[in-house]
Amino acid sequence: MDFFLLLLTSGIAVGGIYALIALGFVLIYKATSIINFATGEFMMIGAYIFYSCSVLFGLPAIPSFLIVMAGAGLLGLLVERTILRHMLGQPTISIVMVTIGLSSILMGLAEMIWSSDFKSFPALFPRAPIIVGDLIIRSNLFWGFIVAMATVAVFALIFKYAKVGVAMRATAGDQLAAFSMGINVRSMFTLAWIFGSIAASIGGLIIGNIGGVQPNLGGIGLKIFPVVILGGLDSIGGAVLGGFIVGIVENLAGGYLDPLVGGGVKNVAPFVVLVLILMVRPYGLFGRKEIERL
Amino acid sequence: MRIGDFKESYAADEAVFSTSTSRFWLGMLFVLLAIFPFMAGEYLLYMANITGIAIVAALGLNIMTGAAGQISLGHAAFVGIGAYTSAILSNRFGLPFLLCLPLAGLAAAFFGVLVGAPSMRMKGLYLCITTLAAQVIFEFFFVHWESMTGGIRGLNIAAPSLFGFDIGSEFGFYWVTLVVVIIAATVSRNLFRTRVGRAFIAIRDRDISAELMGINLFRYKLYAFATSSFLAGIAGCLWVNHLKSITPEHFPLHESIRFLAMIIVGGLGNILGAIFGAIFMTLIPEVLQTILKFFEEIYPQAMSFLFPLQTVVFGFLIVIFLVFEPHGLAEMWVRVKSHFRLWPFKH
Repeated sequence: MDFFLLLLTSGIAVGGIYALIALGFVLIYKATSIINFATGEFMMIGAYIFYSCSVLFGLPAIPSFLIVMAGAGLLGLLVERTILRHMLGQPTISIVMVTIGLSSILMGLAEMIWSSDFKSFPALFPRAPIIVGDLIIRSNLFWGFIVAMATVAVFALIFKYAKVGVAMRATAGDQLAAFSMGINVRSMFTLAWIFGSIAASIGGLIIGNIGGVQPNLGGIGLKIFPVVILGGLDSIGGAVLGGFIVGIVENLAGGYLDPLVGGGVKNVAPFVVLVLILMVRPYGLFGRKEIERL
Repeated sequence: MRIGDFKESYAADEAVFSTSTSRFWLGMLFVLLAIFPFMAGEYLLYMANITGIAIVAALGLNIMTGAAGQISLGHAAFVGIGAYTSAILSNRFGLPFLLCLPLAGLAAAFFGVLVGAPSMRMKGLYLCITTLAAQVIFEFFFVHWESMTGGIRGLNIAAPSLFGFDIGSEFGFYWVTLVVVIIAATVSRNLFRTRVGRAFIAIRDRDISAELMGINLFRYKLYAFATSSFLAGIAGCLWVNHLKSITPEHFPLHESIRFLAMIIVGGLGNILGAIFGAIFMTLIPEVLQTILKFFEEIYPQAMSFLFPLQTVVFGFLIVIFLVFEPHGLAEMWVRVKSHFRLWPFKH
């Protein structure tokens, strides 16, 4: 039972971080219908910027964090303006491949700049593990979870109440209507990329803080596909819930099945669950069924 | 130069190589391909072989993604299934190469249909993610079904032979690759002229319209999955018989993306495009290596940039082709050809 609770809590903690990264994906998809395969690489770049600021330049945590947000925002802006703007209205395959190409570029550049060596962060949070009753949670995981949830909450509040957030939701809902209400739809696209990039980079920072940074950190980004598909691509609430489901499933499956088959279950289990759920509900758990007209 | 281009029958109008000029150049190409192995060294033959194998796999993906419009992120897994099937069949049952080849294709096609089955209810992006799931799940089996696949150590096979000839050498294998590439290209070119191929294209262009015209979407998507992964399996069989060893590391997601990049850079839905793309994407790493070797004299650490530079160039190629040349190398080829059609006379 203890083992189960241990797996469950770490699953929830990891799930919260997945939820944040998935949020970065959904923000972009909702506003622009672009599937961003480079989300994982945005995470990695965010983590590397933090590493550079805090280790190479010796800045304290808070300024480094702000620089990461600024850098990630700039990256999102650049990517949208230089590449994705040209791709609006193109077939899905082109958009998918452009973001895959982008992820390849970012990964190669990161390896050129920071080399392929493993880099770890200085301690950001108190080292002592968090103890609740019998449960022991690694402090990095716990604080990572808190930061992730706080970020998700901030984004949720922006979308609910801030004028920008409402405008973005309007754009996602109906571009033409938003346009006629005086919303600058194009700048909303750019803003979606900036927000998405920031969310992903904070996620990357948390993951980097737990396990260190390497150019292939972005590989974790693949896991957001089960997350966002489970949640239904365009639902923020769904993304959060999907994050928790994937986090819990992979930890439970990893914990119980790994000894039986010799490891690796953690990476496959989310995809197996994904396929099973898609068989029953082809639009994910919370996605809307698209109605197509000719 | 092409002159007097008129046709007297529908058959002549429908011909793939419609003029005697293009048939002449095709013949020249075959002659060139036939004398190439006698002139080339071991390394060039090796490059030719891996390029040929990539062409077969790219032709397969081209049927699914280029013609039927279903994005597959799991093509490398099907190549892997073909390779493992062939290795297991020849190791355990001692089947000859010629029998392994179709069986590897069939095994891959079987799993292709299995992966395609969800297409009954899903499409577009959701289907694309299912193929990603397939890639991850198959990769897991390659690593963890140790009794069959040999785990991360993989399998080794003996040098294959064909009609009593040893085809284990680069020179011997070149002929096998060449024949398979020609057959695969002919079959997939002609596939697009049949009922099935036209149905694929109709589904790609607008699936609902295709359905209204009486095309059974589910069935034809399964056909697309089956034919595409059949060719992938064939490529896998060639692959394992060429390198004579196989490990799960050879078929990662990145390899699937490389196949997609081939058909994008070459030109989606175009046979010539798939061939050009496969050649181009196989040669690019070698070209980069040569360039870096040149710079090594000025800057000794240049070689350490090889791997990241490959990654960056790979990404840039995809992005640049999609933004500036969406129809790929095949379109550039057509432009060059039409420039020379009336050359040296203008207008």
